[in-house]
Amino acid sequence: MLAFLPLYQQAILSLAAMILFTSFVLLAQNGVLAIIHVFAWQGLLVAVTTAFVAFDSGAGHLYFSALMTITLKVIFIPWLLHRLVRRLGIDRETHSVERPARVLMSAAALVVFCYYVAQPIQQYSAALTRNTIAISMSVVMLGMLMLITRRKAVSQVIGFMSLENGLFFAAVSATHGMPMFVELGIAFDVLVAAVIFGVFFFHIRDSIDSLDVGQLNRLAERDE
Amino acid sequence: MKIWALALLQSTAFVLLAPLFAGWVKWVKCRLQNRRPPPLAQPYRDLWKLFGKEALLSHNASILFRIVPYIVAGATLLAAAVVPLLAVNLPTAAIADVIVLTGFFALARFFLALAGMDVGTAFGGMGSSREMTISALAEPAMLLAVFTLAMVAASTNLSTVIEQVLSDGLVLRPSLLFALLAMCLVAVAETGRIPVDNPATHLELTMIHEAMILEYSGRHLALIEWAAQLKLMIYGVLIANIFFPWGIATTPTPVALLVAVAAITAKLSILGVLLATGESVLAKMRLFRVPAFLLLALTLGFVGLLSHIILEIR
Amino acid sequence: MTALWFTLLIPFSSSVLLGLFGQHPAARRFNFQAAAAAFAASVWLAWTVLQNGPIGGSSDSAGSQFYIDSFNVYLIVLTAFVGASTALFSQPYMARELAAGHVTEKRLRLYHASYQGFLFTMQLALSTNNLGVLWVAMEGATLATVLLVSLYRTPQAIEAAWKYFIICGVGIALALFGTVLLYFAAAQVIPDPEQALLWSELARHSAELKPVVLAIAFVFLLVGYGTKVGLVPMHSWLPDAHSEGPTPMSAVLSGLLLNVALYALVRLKILTDGSLAAHPDAHDPHLAGYLMMGFGLLSFIVAGLFLHRQRDIKRLYSYSSIEHMGLMTFAFGLGGPLATFAALLHMTVHSLTKSAIFITVGHAAHIAGTQAMSNIRGLIRTQPAVGWGLLIGTVAISGFPPFGVFVSEFLLLTATIHSQPWFALPLLLGLGIAFAGLFRHLHPIVYGEQPEGQEGVAVNMWPVAVHLVLVLWLGLAIPGFLAHWFDQATILISGQGVL
Repeated sequence: MLAFLPLYQQAILSLAAMILFTSFVLLAQNGVLAIIHVFAWQGLLVAVTTAFVAFDSGAGHLYFSALMTITLKVIFIPWLLHRLVRRLGIDRETHSVERPARVLMSAAALVVFCYYVAQPIQQYSAALTRNTIAISMSVVMLGMLMLITRRKAVSQVIGFMSLENGLFFAAVSATHGMPMFVELGIAFDVLVAAVIFGVFFFHIRDSIDSLDVGQLNRLAERDE
Repeated sequence: MKIWALALLQSTAFVLLAPLFAGWVKWVKCRLQNRRPPPLAQPYRDLWKLFGKEALLSHNASILFRIVPYIVAGATLLAAAVVPLLAVNLPTAAIADVIVLTGFFALARFFLALAGMDVGTAFGGMGSSREMTISALAEPAMLLAVFTLAMVAASTNLSTVIEQVLSDGLVLRPSLLFALLAMCLVAVAETGRIPVDNPATHLELTMIHEAMILEYSGRHLALIEWAAQLKLMIYGVLIANIFFPWGIATTPTPVALLVAVAAITAKLSILGVLLATGESVLAKMRLFRVPAFLLLALTLGFVGLLSHIILEIR
Repeated sequence: MTALWFTLLIPFSSSVLLGLFGQHPAARRFNFQAAAAAFAASVWLAWTVLQNGPIGGSSDSAGSQFYIDSFNVYLIVLTAFVGASTALFSQPYMARELAAGHVTEKRLRLYHASYQGFLFTMQLALSTNNLGVLWVAMEGATLATVLLVSLYRTPQAIEAAWKYFIICGVGIALALFGTVLLYFAAAQVIPDPEQALLWSELARHSAELKPVVLAIAFVFLLVGYGTKVGLVPMHSWLPDAHSEGPTPMSAVLSGLLLNVALYALVRLKILTDGSLAAHPDAHDPHLAGYLMMGFGLLSFIVAGLFLHRQRDIKRLYSYSSIEHMGLMTFAFGLGGPLATFAALLHMTVHSLTKSAIFITVGHAAHIAGTQAMSNIRGLIRTQPAVGWGLLIGTVAISGFPPFGVFVSEFLLLTATIHSQPWFALPLLLGLGIAFAGLFRHLHPIVYGEQPEGQEGVAVNMWPVAVHLVLVLWLGLAIPGFLAHWFDQATILISGQGVL
């Protein structure tokens, strides 16, 4: 079936697969700067895919969304994180992943799960991108997995933002984007969230002398 | 009858050209590193020299140690017979499919590891255990890539897979893209190239493949070396002909075969350059990093499989 | 429409103003004045809606972006009211924190700007007709409050804020995914993409929406907005954020944010029910209800048990909030007019009572100089107003007659016995557990031996008194217009009224 599609439509599907792959890479990546770079790549892939989808469907506002993604997720947030990481002096730190094999196995299981969840939804769409709904859902889930498995604040933020990438991609692939001002509102929220995260890095560092949020455990419910 | 002759010819070409491919890689690598390259025929000379020498055996070597070189060479030769080098639809290709191919490799590796331990030296055992560790991780990745191929072409027969890819024309398949990447990583690991293993060194702490065969000499060593070169060539041909099958002969006519010869020469030359470049720019990684490397290959294979299921079936 | 603009723009513009001039001494008073003005505007809005019927939701004008019916208008009034009375309490409270050196002038500016910003996002979430904007407003509420939770910059406060940010961020992200799926389902029915996220349009077409998609979307939305409601097991941010932030923040978080998140869930449940009921063969038509009942009951029981092992007084009452939100979620899930009526009433009385309690708790913590319950003793002797306030508030929240909480819980029990009798048992059990959990801690706090040298502080008990009297009034006799109002909302949600 794939062979009968025009080349740019095949490209959309290949790019979707690459986005999924970047999520896997994020899960297993160790160095702080490497994580930030992979995240920027993921944003770029999402933006390029969006532009292709815009070309394919003729939905002009998607070009704008793609542009917004590039400014926000490829340029601004990685730049901000880069700067923060260097100012905090942790750019050489590695955030080792505990049990990478187990993490990747659960990631794989999550992708299969998403495929099954998305299966009944896909049948109602005739769009080319319907198959990428499962991919976008997987990116969301893998972002969540990254949030759970990481202990360092920077990696958690990247997990959160990658989750956002998944959501944006979901909107693009399922419905060719949300209405414009909703999308603007979401972008604004992401922007503010990024800035607040930056503020938090300094607060956390000041309070526990490191960015290892695993040490934030004073409030856990525990036995007397 | 003619077609059997062709198949035989192809297998012979495979066996005879394998040292040339290895020589080519070495030659390019030397040029890239600003060294004076050995002549392209150097591997042949080395083999010739080794065949002429006496095979020394240690006192406590068992019969196994002596027959392993033949088993390894035989299994690899059989594997080479299965892989379409110049033409598809040859009778040998129908005998075995790609899973059997992995089986041949596993067989050869198993006996090689046994032989490594047979003499009882420290290096042999170490090499065997490392080799088995790596292959235990590489084989699933290889199989995932193979399954992806099999699902795309609805067959595990290499010849059918290649024909399917050919008939599709230029299609951007995410699954094949990832299968290709996984396959490349697996090939690097399985043939003992940088960054997993260094074929040119006998540094005791880092060697894997060389450690296993340290006790071999003479014609035994020649057979094993030849088998290793053959294996490299098989992986090269697999990658070149499955993922970029254009040029391979679909009908056994002389013109098509000539085109196929030119095509495979060009493809393998390019692959050799790529491999040599990769080996020049990368440093050998620590042994403890190898599982992560192969985990990447596994992930790639898995993403390839998933993207076929999720994206390509509608 | 004008009244709506006032309700929204007063908090918005005062948030901007306070962001610029919040360090000025008059800012504390201005904060209250703005909140009071917003309350007046909301009453005006409510009056208009009651006179002329729903505002907005028309499919042609720019007004389609807002939709005010009797369900959300009462929540708008409640939000503005609690916002105003808490602002009144926050005046002396924050003055004291400033004097004690817990906060600086600069952080006070942040506090005031965020407070008004939070009220704005709440009103926007309530009044918007666009489910996308609803999401944006809910996320905005997190962003507005997260820096407040960490206002004191202690390690605990930072931890609480980080947890709050991450957990709510992930939760709300899942809600966005649900919204995307909803939009996906709507886009096939409603041709104009600008209309396809409008709740009023969706409600009109709900029978045509694909039930399979809606069921999956609702699960995502329930988990997403449920995180903000504080449903177990996504609740772990709530006690932390409530206990570590400044007390006025705890009051509005508990009294307002949880309500608004639940409001969002109920709106979405209406859509899901509409779709599932039209296609009974695809899924169980009560799927959404069952899910909400399950989550609600779990939260109710688990939070009740957790009450017993708390040591921090604000954590204690935040678990009580989780418990009551669970109860409301259960009630909305149960459906039917009586349970819905009970849930609406419970939303009101819980919000009033819980904010009153948090205000009192703030004073109590000032008196004892700590939030650890083992050190808060003998309040009724040190400062009878605070002691009595805490006692009456806790009595009210535990569901004793004659307070309003009793009425709503009684109605809910009646409805449960009527439709799902077996669920009455865990409900009764949970109420008992929660009651015991609260009172085993409360008794020494109020009546215990008073530590030496413990002195009273300057307090403003007016908000507490007003809230508790309102709750008492609602318990004794619900005024006719209010009952009618609730009934309208009940008809909207469950299809038929009680009265």
